[in-house]
Amino acid sequence: MAAAEFDVPELKDDIEVPKIREGSMAHAKSFLAPKPVQDFMGYPHELSEDWKERAIDKMGDLLGKYRSLKVFLDACVHCGACTDKCHYYLGTSDPKNMPVARQDLMRQVYRRYFTTPGKLFPKLVGAKDLTKETLDDWYSYYHQCSECRRCSVFCPYGIDTAEITMAGREILNHVGMGQKYSNEILGKVQKIGNNLGLPGPALEDTLEGLEEDIEADTGVPVKLPIDVQGAEVLLVTPSADFFSEPHVESLIGYAKVFHAAGISWTLSSHASEAGNFGLFNGNYETMRKVAMRIRDAALELGVKRIVVGECGHAWRVAYSFWNTLTGIGYGGNDPFSIELQKQLDPNYPQPQHICELTNDLIKQGKIAVDPSANDDLVVTYHDSCNVARASRMGDEPGGQFAIPRELIQSVANNFHNMAEETIYESTFCCGGGGGLLTDDLMEVRVKGAMPRMTALNNVVKEHQVNFMATICAICKAQFTKVLPKYGFDMSMVGGVHQLVSKAIKLD
Amino acid sequence: MTIIYAGMFYIATLLLVAGLVYKIFDYSRTPAPLKIPTTPAPTTQKGVIYRMAKEVVLFESLFKSNKWIWVFGWLFHFGLLLVLLRHLRYFTQPVWFWVDILQPFGKYASIMMVIGLGGLLARRFLVDRVRYISTPSDYLMLVLLLAIGLSGMMMTFVTHTDIIALKGFFLGLMYLDIQPLPQDPALLVHLALVALLMVIFPISKLLHAPGLFFSPTRNQADNPRERRHVAAWAARLDQGN
Repeated sequence: MAAAEFDVPELKDDIEVPKIREGSMAHAKSFLAPKPVQDFMGYPHELSEDWKERAIDKMGDLLGKYRSLKVFLDACVHCGACTDKCHYYLGTSDPKNMPVARQDLMRQVYRRYFTTPGKLFPKLVGAKDLTKETLDDWYSYYHQCSECRRCSVFCPYGIDTAEITMAGREILNHVGMGQKYSNEILGKVQKIGNNLGLPGPALEDTLEGLEEDIEADTGVPVKLPIDVQGAEVLLVTPSADFFSEPHVESLIGYAKVFHAAGISWTLSSHASEAGNFGLFNGNYETMRKVAMRIRDAALELGVKRIVVGECGHAWRVAYSFWNTLTGIGYGGNDPFSIELQKQLDPNYPQPQHICELTNDLIKQGKIAVDPSANDDLVVTYHDSCNVARASRMGDEPGGQFAIPRELIQSVANNFHNMAEETIYESTFCCGGGGGLLTDDLMEVRVKGAMPRMTALNNVVKEHQVNFMATICAICKAQFTKVLPKYGFDMSMVGGVHQLVSKAIKLD
Repeated sequence: MTIIYAGMFYIATLLLVAGLVYKIFDYSRTPAPLKIPTTPAPTTQKGVIYRMAKEVVLFESLFKSNKWIWVFGWLFHFGLLLVLLRHLRYFTQPVWFWVDILQPFGKYASIMMVIGLGGLLARRFLVDRVRYISTPSDYLMLVLLLAIGLSGMMMTFVTHTDIIALKGFFLGLMYLDIQPLPQDPALLVHLALVALLMVIFPISKLLHAPGLFFSPTRNQADNPRERRHVAAWAARLDQGN
């Protein structure tokens, strides 16, 4: 299935709601996970004869475990409020990319097998038997959802398609239709310690090289330590930060911040990765296993604080789930987290986002910055979906919007927001999140980026914006690929700490 | 006919109450293993109550998403509420004073309700995206509610029914002392449709009413760093460590 030719959407002044074009994206399918990948995850790699029973059983299992799934499948009234909210629908016109229709792919099967009217009068309530065609639709369209949760903001009942997508993918995995990209990554993170499969020695080499670069650049011996016993801070960051552009510029920024503030810190070769693709597949145990590596590294290294680098879904998992999954947080008085509480410093949020840390340091005057170092840039900020709609920073609701902006404005003089209805909790996804950042889904990614590109294009025209800062590794990787398709320079995107890195004063 | 309708209302009430109690019990028993509030979300339980109240009373999220659906949806629901409150006078003796005060409002609220329903129905035909997602039951439910509204309005504004006898019938039902039901076509249609609505309520999308209160994206406080949030089935995984 080579990536087919496709048209890049033309940018208009406004984001227009298209007329539906049925089936226009049915062909978009990512590669299926092969046997070794599925074996490692404990899933079959092809449909068995009893796949239908397995799928229905799994659905029943999930319905019993997740209130979200049960309530969301029941509560939808097909009001249509979400139909024009998904960036994939806006970019592709395929009606099955409307959140309600994406959910209905599962809801119609749920109705048929789990509800009385669906068993008695399937046609009347839109219930359908589970067939191979349905399963193929699930595979197509549950991999055209970045689980960005924009629909959940606008739904009168808070129905969150991400929860349905996760359940859909878990059922697909369970019958042998796993996605190669995500499941391969889940293997690497568990076997090697990070999503990219960088072994410890390679990581050390990279970090040494970066230290030399920084010293050559600034004359200051800024360190990037790894596996240091007894450091105060354990930094966990997406592995893209170790070698991808522009990600690595942010890593350099974090190192400079720790250096300038005099905070001892370390990375861990066993748990260098913050990203947790377990989230995307809706498997609690996988997500827990991947998160547990961080807890183990923290205990092993004896750190007092855990800080998370610039990554969207990683921050969601860290902020919202680590405490529950691993006891990293203020925990409770259960034996499971007490061990960790003895070690972690209660004076800091656990875990803490790197933007919270840096912003606090600047506000307290513990590090000095010169915003004029970024005077060549006119900056805008892309709220990454998982940070914006599924997590928080600081003490107040909405801190996840305020803190990164505060930070940017203290290190750069020229800043303009994109249009109100495309940022904050209404932010448009980059188009590559949720396990879609694979070349086999390039058409979905490019078309799904259209709403964000439209908003960006408008601030470029009105305010001469030439830099879009963001705090998600997937956003950065996606935009560097997609910006050129829309006629922008790929160097227009970068991390918030890339700006910090330029402006920070080192001694 | 009186016996048929009496039986029908007993059965419908039983199904409505039993069905709803079962569903609510089922929702509350199903664990929510992770904190998934859609942010920015309140960080305290009080804040959650305030957020929920805004959703229930003002349809806040819907207001953000689509003004047409909001206008029609709100007209329908608020109209229905007033109409239902007005109907309390058929079930209470003596009638509570505030139900008395509400009577004229409830009477004209039926117009709001019917306009709202009409608008929602029109959207199903006119907007291609909404037409695509509509199932026959989506149309039928609007038609059912419209028919209930219109048959009720008939009795209020066109041909009055014997309201004293009707009240006698319902009070009788409540005290297990069956009284004759007025044999008025508009009333018979109205009551039959209401009974039908009661029956389908717990097995249909009308579950959005209780569902909203159980929606984790809306009813959870955003405090996961401060509190562990472990479901029973997930806690069992901890014992392995």
